[in-house]
Amino acid sequence: MSAAELVHVLSGEEIAEIEAEIAHLPDRESAAIDALMIVQKHRGWVSDTSLRAIARLLGMSSDALDSIATFYNLIFRQPVGRHVVMVCDSVSCYVMGADGLGKAIEEHLGIAFGGTTDDDRFTLLPIVCLGACDKAPTMMIDDELIENVTAERLGEIFGRFE
Amino acid sequence: MSLMDTKPLLGRVEEVGGFVDLNAYEAGQGYGAARKALTSMSPEAIINLVKDSNLRGRGGAGFPTGLKWSFVPQGDAAGEGAKYLVCNADEMEPGTFKDRFLLENNPHVLIEGMIIGAYAIQAEKAYIFLRGEYHQPYRRLVEALADATTRGFLGQGIFGTDFNLDLRIHSSAGRYICGEETALLNALEGKRAQPRTKPPFPPASGAWGRPTIVNNVETFCNVPGIVRNGVEWYQGLGLTEDAGTKIYGISGRVNRPGLWELPIGTPIRELVERHAGGMREGFELKGILPGGASTDFLVEEHFDLAMDYGTIQAAGSRMGTGTMILMDNSICPVDMSRNLQHFFAQESCGFCTPCREGLPWIEALLLDIEEGRGQEGDLEVLDRNAQFIGAPGNTFCLHATGAIEPLQSALKYFREDFDEHIRTGKCPYHGRRL
Ligand SMILES: Cc1cc2nc3c(=O)[nH]c(=O)nc-3n(C[C@H](O)[C@H](O)[C@H](O)COP(=O)(O)O)c2cc1C
Ligand code: SF4
Ligand code: FES
Repeated sequence: MSAAELVHVLSGEEIAEIEAEIAHLPDRESAAIDALMIVQKHRGWVSDTSLRAIARLLGMSSDALDSIATFYNLIFRQPVGRHVVMVCDSVSCYVMGADGLGKAIEEHLGIAFGGTTDDDRFTLLPIVCLGACDKAPTMMIDDELIENVTAERLGEIFGRFE
Repeated sequence: MSLMDTKPLLGRVEEVGGFVDLNAYEAGQGYGAARKALTSMSPEAIINLVKDSNLRGRGGAGFPTGLKWSFVPQGDAAGEGAKYLVCNADEMEPGTFKDRFLLENNPHVLIEGMIIGAYAIQAEKAYIFLRGEYHQPYRRLVEALADATTRGFLGQGIFGTDFNLDLRIHSSAGRYICGEETALLNALEGKRAQPRTKPPFPPASGAWGRPTIVNNVETFCNVPGIVRNGVEWYQGLGLTEDAGTKIYGISGRVNRPGLWELPIGTPIRELVERHAGGMREGFELKGILPGGASTDFLVEEHFDLAMDYGTIQAAGSRMGTGTMILMDNSICPVDMSRNLQHFFAQESCGFCTPCREGLPWIEALLLDIEEGRGQEGDLEVLDRNAQFIGAPGNTFCLHATGAIEPLQSALKYFREDFDEHIRTGKCPYHGRRL
């Protein structure tokens, strides 16, 4: 894809949101993480083409931007399902049985951690402490925190996400 | 006397029964302290007040807050350009859930504390560096910032003075190391979150090379009360030589896990027995991580100690974030150590070798021991590595030293458990887990 074509990869809305971030920063590159997150918000993940387009918009090399993108665990460089399921595997949840719960979730969804269901409905990932340790074990589906999760509740919980 | 006099951070949450919006916050003396500070006090006077109050950072290290603020150059000495005030709301330390509770339920006490802090160091730009997974806190903060701006508490000419403050949220893209304050500054600048060389320290050269103060959420939330009620009141809140209240939390197999704002220096046993309702039927308390995953285990002999900075340090651990994780008698110390090292190995930023290579290696060895493949001499290898990677440290930042704290103390206090795994070639807890 040529440099000129790259400009059309990002939507007007994405560009406007990124420019709004840049406006209050000392330089364009400082918006790198914000820009990646904005594009991901609209597309679910950051493809190579999107990445190159963002790099061009910010005036930096795509290699430099990719090394930033891959550093952070909430920036997805691969496609994910419609809903991202993140199960806490940190210590308080561990104490309250997160290992067993993780296995139950894998079985319930029929995928292992790191996988996506065949119907693209769920991507399953481990996550570190979600800051709700008094209500362990916990997980997060998209932007909803779910506390005191038990294997018995899985059908009801996942049923709410089409 | 209102609850605000004994619980300046969460008293209003208790009175209102949950989320304190702007109206509820103002009805409980909210923003009075910021008004007082900006309209009747000099920046120096505020810094001295916070110094005298003996407020120490609540993010884990316990550095005196007023002293930190006093390192920021003022006037011409600051040179050209912005100064920055940053709230560390990255809270990723496993077992820690206090900042999320504050952000969700009382965002205005944070904003008020940040207004006072920004005025004290004369910073007109401020950021809340917020964990990416903290969606509900984000929503509450967006609402609170908009409300505070509408009322003229943020923006241009606050309280009719010539002080301006532009306060924004930066949502993190995730990684534990972002909580380390110099790594945080790199993340704020849109870069990889690798820690920076110190010195220079952030008050001299921080965000975009400019003087910057980074404080924890809970630290800022302490400031309005100090300005409102004074130093004597604040010091009177503590039970020991530390001042103020502390948000203590307990997770694990107790009857009522949760968090409570209490006088700093409340004894461990009182937290467990009285506030958390004691251990659940059939479980015994075996050890605690007093202040998050990166603190040394404490055991029975320590449970009558006061939870304050000095006492817990003297016992060989750290108060850290003050949110304790309880290990009961159904939990295998070897496997729990493996879980902890898994976290630290995964979250290493990869910059220096002992941390990048050493932590995964320790995790693998712990897994071997847990699964019955341990060999004679393994514990000595773990000891040596703990010594090599741990404090005072051959690593570039405190991530690796923090990783070693729970490991070295587990090896000390639960040695018999480790030995038994190796001797018998199996985990004695396996099958006993409930
Ligand atoms: C690996 C690592 C992670 C940290 N994570 C946090 C964090 O999530 N929140 C926090 O307030 N401080 C964290 N800290 C401590 C900060 O570096 C810094 O000391 C603190 O934000 C200063 O604020 P305070 O003085 O108000 O405590 C972390 C430190 C290290 C070494
Ligand atoms: S100690 Fe670990 S986290 Fe800190 S700089 Fe070295 S590799 Fe990075
Ligand atoms: S350890 Fe799972 S929410 Fe904190």
